[in-house]
Amino acid sequence: MSQFVQLTVYGLANGAVLALAALGFVLIYKATSVINFAQGELLLVGAYLFYTAFVLLRLPFAVAVLVGVAAAAVLGVGIERVILRPLIGEDPIAVIMVTIGLAAVLKAVVTMFFGTTPREMPKVLPAGTATVAGATVPLDRLVAVAVAVVVLAAFTVFFRWSRHGVAMRAVADDQQAALVQGISVRRIFALAWAFAAVSALIAGLLLADIAELSQNLGTFGLVVFPVVILGGLDSVPGTIIGGAVIGLVSQYAEGMSAGASQVAPYVVLVLILLLRPYGLFGQPRIERV
Amino acid sequence: MTSGRATSMSDREPAVGADTLLTVDNVEVIYDEVILVLRGMSLIVPRGEVVALLGSNGAGKSTTLKAITGLLPTEHGAVTEGTVTFDGADITRAEPAERVRRGIALVMEGRRVFEHLTVHENLVAGAYTRGAAADFDRVYGFLPRLAGLRGRVAGYLSGGEQQMLAIGRALMSDPRLLLLDEPSLGLAPLLVDEMFDIVRRLNTDLGLTALLVEQNARRALAVAHRGYVMESGRIVLAGTAAELADNPDVKEFYLGLGEAGGRRSYRDVKHYKRRKRWL
Repeated sequence: MSQFVQLTVYGLANGAVLALAALGFVLIYKATSVINFAQGELLLVGAYLFYTAFVLLRLPFAVAVLVGVAAAAVLGVGIERVILRPLIGEDPIAVIMVTIGLAAVLKAVVTMFFGTTPREMPKVLPAGTATVAGATVPLDRLVAVAVAVVVLAAFTVFFRWSRHGVAMRAVADDQQAALVQGISVRRIFALAWAFAAVSALIAGLLLADIAELSQNLGTFGLVVFPVVILGGLDSVPGTIIGGAVIGLVSQYAEGMSAGASQVAPYVVLVLILLLRPYGLFGQPRIERV
Repeated sequence: MTSGRATSMSDREPAVGADTLLTVDNVEVIYDEVILVLRGMSLIVPRGEVVALLGSNGAGKSTTLKAITGLLPTEHGAVTEGTVTFDGADITRAEPAERVRRGIALVMEGRRVFEHLTVHENLVAGAYTRGAAADFDRVYGFLPRLAGLRGRVAGYLSGGEQQMLAIGRALMSDPRLLLLDEPSLGLAPLLVDEMFDIVRRLNTDLGLTALLVEQNARRALAVAHRGYVMESGRIVLAGTAAELADNPDVKEFYLGLGEAGGRRSYRDVKHYKRRKRWL
């Protein structure tokens, strides 16, 4: 029983980080219809941006987070402005290729400045343990879950009730009709990339704290795909459920036999897609007869 | 009908002046840098009036609306000559959002509601430029049926309800000029009646100026003060609604009536049209 609780907490913590990483992917896909293969690298860059502010520049934690968030937002807007805007209207495959290239560039830039050896980063999440239902679980995992829940809830509220959130969904639905309402589609695109980079920074920060700060953070982007495909490419709540499912399944599988955790998410993914081709919460195309 | 300049049938054809809200002056539109769609296109929308823009498929009516709303760049089109003036300001090259802020709203052809948003969220999107000044009560009051559908997802509404929502959404920006692109297209006859009634009330109850693009010439001229007839990218006929409705060419081409006033078959009209084009 205690092992089960432990696995559940670990699974949820991984799921929370996955959901945050997937959130950026979904935001970009939803608003701009771009499939961003550089999402994992945004995580990597985000984590190193925070490292630079916190460790190298010795800023206080709160200030370092703000500086990191601001830098990530600028990076996101810059990527949209310089790399993706000229590609509006081009073949989706061409755009995908460009994001793959972007991933390589981002990774190379990080290597250029920080090398390939993992960096020491002081733990920012609490180090102690707590007892949950008779099992001992590390506090940092619980805090990671809490942070992810707060961020995801904030985005959900933003999309449902704020004017800009509704505008973003309107752009996702019909760009030309959104233009006619006076919505600046360019600004919405920039906003989506800024949000994606910021959520990636938070995910990268949590991940660096739980695991370690190294090049390997980038490969985390690959695990995002089962999450977003499971939850639905364009659904924010879907990323939460998708992240939790993938996180839990791989932890439980790990508990049964080491190595199974690598395969289990994809097995679940295939099973769910057989039943729901648009993912659990993906928007089916509305067709009225 | 094929002479170079538009034929004005009225001495009361308005001159550009203080009472003019919108002026399209000698506009040329080219798509993809080669396809000439509008040439020498000119029209005037006086303040407080409903103006009908008639013409057959491909005459350039929708392109004219896109030139007025700034949508041409999204379709690789551009205004290469002439000017569009709204309330005294040259908006020929303004961003679409700036035109909305100035008071131009468009009800697009084919309704184009945001399908995955609720009715209310569609109105929120329509009020984007208004910020905190958005007046939902005015729109729900003008189109009471929408109030009952508030929480429904727009994609699942009926065609008539979607058209009503498209109009409500356009009203949310509190426009002074409303452009309507074929609002009656694809609706059942009863709904067509309702739609033209709404267009009339937009003008009489809300005091809006409107430019109504329609293929249904008879109904459009019934609610309009004046009208223009377009063909092959320019205006070929202009006048008050009553004059146009009485014009033999309009009767022949757009109202489907023969000289004697009887209904003509579509085949006759088509034949007549083809013959006339070569004269």
